[in-house]
Amino acid sequence: MNQTIPAAADYIRILPEIVLSIFGLVIMAVDPFIDQDKDQKSLGALGLAGTVAALISTWVMAQSPGLAFWNMVRVDGFSVFFHVLVIAIAIVLILTSYEYMAVQKLHAGEYYGLILFGLVGMCLMSSAVELVLIFIALEISSISTYILAGFRRRSATSSESSLKYFLLGSFATAFFLYGVALMFGATGSTNIDEISTVQNSGQVPVLAYVAMALMFVGLGFKVAAAPFHVWTPDVYEGAPAPVVGFMSTAPKAAAFAVLLRILFEANAPGRFWFIWISAALSMTLGNVAALVQDNVKRLLAYSSIAHAGYMLVAFAAIPELGTSAVMFYAASYAAMNVGAFAVVSHFANSGERYVTVKDYAGLGRRSPVLAGALALFLISLIGIPVTGGFFAKFYVFSAALQSNLVGLTIIGVINSAIGAYYYLKLIVMMYMREATEDVPVLPIPASLAAALAITLAATIYLGIAPGPVLGYAQRSAKQMLQRESPNEQAQHSASQGDAN
Amino acid sequence: MNTSVLDNLVLTLVTFIPAAGGVLLLLFPRRDRDIRIFSLIISLLTFGLSLHLIARVHRMLPGFQYEIDKAWISSPNIHYHMGVDGISLWLVLLTTFLTPLCVLISWTSIHERVKEFFILLLVLETALIGVFTSLDLFLFYFFWESTLIPMALLIGMYGHGRKVYAAVKFFLYTMVASVFMLASMLWLYAKVGSFDFVTIQNAIKAGQVAGFDAAAQWLFLGFFLAFAVKVPLFPFHTWLPDAHVEAPTAGSVLLAGVLLKMGTYGLLRFNLGLFPEQSRYNAAWIAALALIGIVYGALVAMVQPNMKKVIAYSSVSHLGFVVLGIFSFTQAGLNGAMFVMLAHGVSTGALFMLAGIIYERKHTYELAEMGGLAAPMPKYATFFCFIMLASVGLPLLNGFVGEFLVLSGAFLTNSWYGVIGATGVIWSACYLLWMYQRVFFGKVTHAENNSLPDLSPREQLALWPTAVAALVMGVAPLLWLNVIDPAVRSALAVAQVATKVVGQ
Repeated sequence: MNQTIPAAADYIRILPEIVLSIFGLVIMAVDPFIDQDKDQKSLGALGLAGTVAALISTWVMAQSPGLAFWNMVRVDGFSVFFHVLVIAIAIVLILTSYEYMAVQKLHAGEYYGLILFGLVGMCLMSSAVELVLIFIALEISSISTYILAGFRRRSATSSESSLKYFLLGSFATAFFLYGVALMFGATGSTNIDEISTVQNSGQVPVLAYVAMALMFVGLGFKVAAAPFHVWTPDVYEGAPAPVVGFMSTAPKAAAFAVLLRILFEANAPGRFWFIWISAALSMTLGNVAALVQDNVKRLLAYSSIAHAGYMLVAFAAIPELGTSAVMFYAASYAAMNVGAFAVVSHFANSGERYVTVKDYAGLGRRSPVLAGALALFLISLIGIPVTGGFFAKFYVFSAALQSNLVGLTIIGVINSAIGAYYYLKLIVMMYMREATEDVPVLPIPASLAAALAITLAATIYLGIAPGPVLGYAQRSAKQMLQRESPNEQAQHSASQGDAN
Repeated sequence: MNTSVLDNLVLTLVTFIPAAGGVLLLLFPRRDRDIRIFSLIISLLTFGLSLHLIARVHRMLPGFQYEIDKAWISSPNIHYHMGVDGISLWLVLLTTFLTPLCVLISWTSIHERVKEFFILLLVLETALIGVFTSLDLFLFYFFWESTLIPMALLIGMYGHGRKVYAAVKFFLYTMVASVFMLASMLWLYAKVGSFDFVTIQNAIKAGQVAGFDAAAQWLFLGFFLAFAVKVPLFPFHTWLPDAHVEAPTAGSVLLAGVLLKMGTYGLLRFNLGLFPEQSRYNAAWIAALALIGIVYGALVAMVQPNMKKVIAYSSVSHLGFVVLGIFSFTQAGLNGAMFVMLAHGVSTGALFMLAGIIYERKHTYELAEMGGLAAPMPKYATFFCFIMLASVGLPLLNGFVGEFLVLSGAFLTNSWYGVIGATGVIWSACYLLWMYQRVFFGKVTHAENNSLPDLSPREQLALWPTAVAALVMGVAPLLWLNVIDPAVRSALAVAQVATKVVGQ
C-alpha cells in the first residue's frame, strides 16, 4: 500500500465532506450564542448555505475523478450521482424543517448540525471503496439519524423511535462489521478492488459467502428490506415527519450505493437467491401490511419497505442494467417520497396531531395546493405515467425481464397493483370525502413552497424526460463495473451475468 | 402526398390542445361562467382542428397518415410516434365531437368545484385522443393510464350515491388489468428493442422475435385482459354499471362514448395486429364471451329499475357486438364492429345526456319516479324517442348499419354466432321500448312531474348534433365506411396471412 502523504487532489476528492463538516461545526459553535426563540431560522439558513456549498463543491470534486487516500475513496460518476442526490434531499429537508421546527416548538440548534454530519457519512458511503471506511461512514450517517429520529423529545413515541432505531441499528452494523472481518479473513483485504480480484479469480473461499451474507444483513437493515424491516413502521411513526422523509431516502440511497459497490463492483458470490427472496418478501410484506394502516406515516413506512423491494429486484438483474435502474429508482423515489413527507409534516401541525388517513378527508377542498402536490406524489408512488415513479419501476422491471427474471417481475407487477390501492385510499380521502371534523390547515410558508416546487419539478421532470438522468446513471454504472478488477480489466467480461 | 405544415402538426395539436387548455384553466380566477365558456371554446377548437383530419385524409390508403415520429427517450428506445388510419381517425373524431357536448351538458349541473371539473374533462380528452393516435406502445400505455385518474376523479368527486366505491372499483379494475398489458409490452421491448408498433409488427411477421412462439399466447392474454376489462367483456363487466350509475353525466358520456372503445380499439389494433395467429386460435371462446355479453347484458338491462343502469347494461350488450364483429375475421364483421363503436358512441352518449337532463330536474334515475313525461316534456320525449330508436337499430338510423354488418359477418364465420347475436337486436328493442313506455307514456303518475320544464335551448344545442349524426350515419354510412374499409382490410390481411401459415 502506498504510504505517501496525501496530495492536494486527495482533499479535493472529499471536498463536499469537508465543507459539510465545517458548516456542521460552525452551526454547533454558533448555536449557544443565538437567541433560541427568535433566531432559529438563521441556523437553518446556515444549514442551507452548507448544503448548497456542498453541492458546489461536489461539482468541483467531479472535475477530478480518481482514487484518494491510499485507494480508500474513489470519485467517479457513481459517487458524484449519490453525492448530488443525498445533498439535494437534505436541501429539501432543511426547507421543510424551517417552518416545522417553529410549529413544533423544537430547539433547532443541533438539528441542522446533525443533518450536515449525517450527510458527511452518506456522501462518504457513496465514494468509499474500502470496507472499513464504509463502516465508519455508515456509523457517521447512522448515529446522526438515530438522534434525529428522537428529536421530538417531549413525545414518547419519538423517544421510542430513536431508541428502537439505535438498538436495532447497532445490532445490524455489528453484523456488517462481522462480515467485513470475515471478508478480510477470506480474501486478505478490505479493499473492494482487491476483493473483486479474488472473487473473479475463480477460487472463491467459502468464508466469503458467509461474509457476504452478514454484510447483506447489515445493509438490508439500513435499506429496510424484508426480513430486516420490522423496525421501520415504529421508527417512522415516532420520528419527526421531515426526518422520516429524509431517513427513508438519503441514508437508504447511500446504503444502496454501498450495496451496489459491494455486490456488483466486488462481484459478491452467491448473492442471487438471498436478493431474490429478500426482494420478493419486501415487496409483498410492505404492500400487504400497508393496506391496513390508518396512520399516514406508518403507511408510508410500509410503502418504503415495498419500494426497497422493487429496488432489490434490480440487484438480481444483470449488473449493467441493474445498477442504472437502482440509481434512477433512488433518485425518483427520493423526489416523490421527500415531497410526500413535506406535505405530511406541514399538515401534521403542532405536536404532529393530524397524521391519520381520516384527517386528510376533504383536504382537496381546503388546501388545493397541498392536496394536489400530495396527490401527484402518490400517483408517482403508484407508478403512473408522467411521473418519475413510473419510469423508476419501468427500468427496474425491464432490467429484470432482460435478465430473464420473469418470476420476480410478475411478483413485482402484482405488487405494484396492490400498492395502488392504499395510495389511492389517501387520494380518495382528500378529494372524495368530506371532512368530519375541522382540521386546521396552516398557510403554506415560502420555504415549504420551495421544497414542494423542487420535489414536484423533479418528479415530473423524471417522468417526462428521464433520458438525461438515466443516461448519466448508465454511463457511470458502466464506468464503475468496468473498473471491477483494475489489474485484469481485460480478463473480466460480462461472464458473471446471473445465476438464473 | 401533401406535406403542409398543418398536416404534420395536426395530430399533436388535436391531442394536446385540450390539456393545454386545462393548464390555462388552472390560472383562471374562480368565475364559473368564464371557465365554462373557455372550456367550450377549447373543446370546439379541438373539434374544428380534428375536422382537418377527415378533410385531408387519403381515403383509399390503408396505412397510417399524418404520421409524426420523433425520438423522445433514447433508453429505452421510446418515440413520440403518432398517426391515424381509418380505424383510429373516427375514434378521434368521436372524442372531439362528444367533448363539447359534455361541456354543454355540464353547464349548470356542475356548480361546485367547477374549475377542477373542466380541467379534468379537458385532460381526459387529451388522454383519450392520445390513446387512439399513438403508434408507440409506450406512448399508448402512457395515455391509456392517463385516462384513469381524471375519469376516476370525475366519478369520485362529482358523482352521486356510492361514488367513491364506484371510482375506486373503476380505477383498480383497469389498473390491475393494464399492468398485464405493460408486462407484455416490456417482453416485446426486451426482444425487439423498440416500442414502435409498426417495427414490432414487422418483426413478428418476419419471425425475428426470439422465443415468440412460446410466449405469444401469454402476450396475447396480457393485452387481451387489459382490453377485455375496458370493453367490458363478460365476465369483466361488473365495474361498469357502478361507474356509470354514479358518474356525473359528462363522465358517463365519455365513459360509454369513448372509454369503452379504447378496449375494442385495442383488441383490433394490438391483439389482431400483433398476434393474428393467437387471435384466430382464441377466437371461439372470445366470440362465445361476446355472445354471452350480448344476451346477458340485454336481459339484465331489461329488469333494471334505474334508467342509467338500463343504458349501462345496454352498453355491455352493444359492445358484445363489437367484439363479435372483430373476432369474426370477416370484412363485413370488422367494418360493422367499427361502425357499431361509432354509432354506440353517438347514441349512448346522447342517451346518457338525456338521462342526465332528467336527473338534473328530478335528482333520481328511478324509472318508478317517472311515467307520463311525454305530456310535460314533449321535446324531451321526441329527442329521447329518436335516439332510442337509433340505439335499438331502426333502419336508416345509425345503430342498424353496424349491427347488420356485424351479424352478416358473424353468419359467415359460424351461423350460430349470427343466430344468437341476432337475438340481441330483439332484446334491445324490448328493454329500450319498455323503458320508453314506462317513462313517457300513460298518465303522469307523480303530480310533481307535471311541472317539469322541457328542454332548454342549451340542452337542445347539446342534443341536436347527436340526433343529426345518428341520422346521417344511418342514411349515408358509406361516408364513414369508405375510410374505415381500407384500414380494416389491411388489418384483416394480417390475420389472414397468419391463418394460411397455420393451415399448412
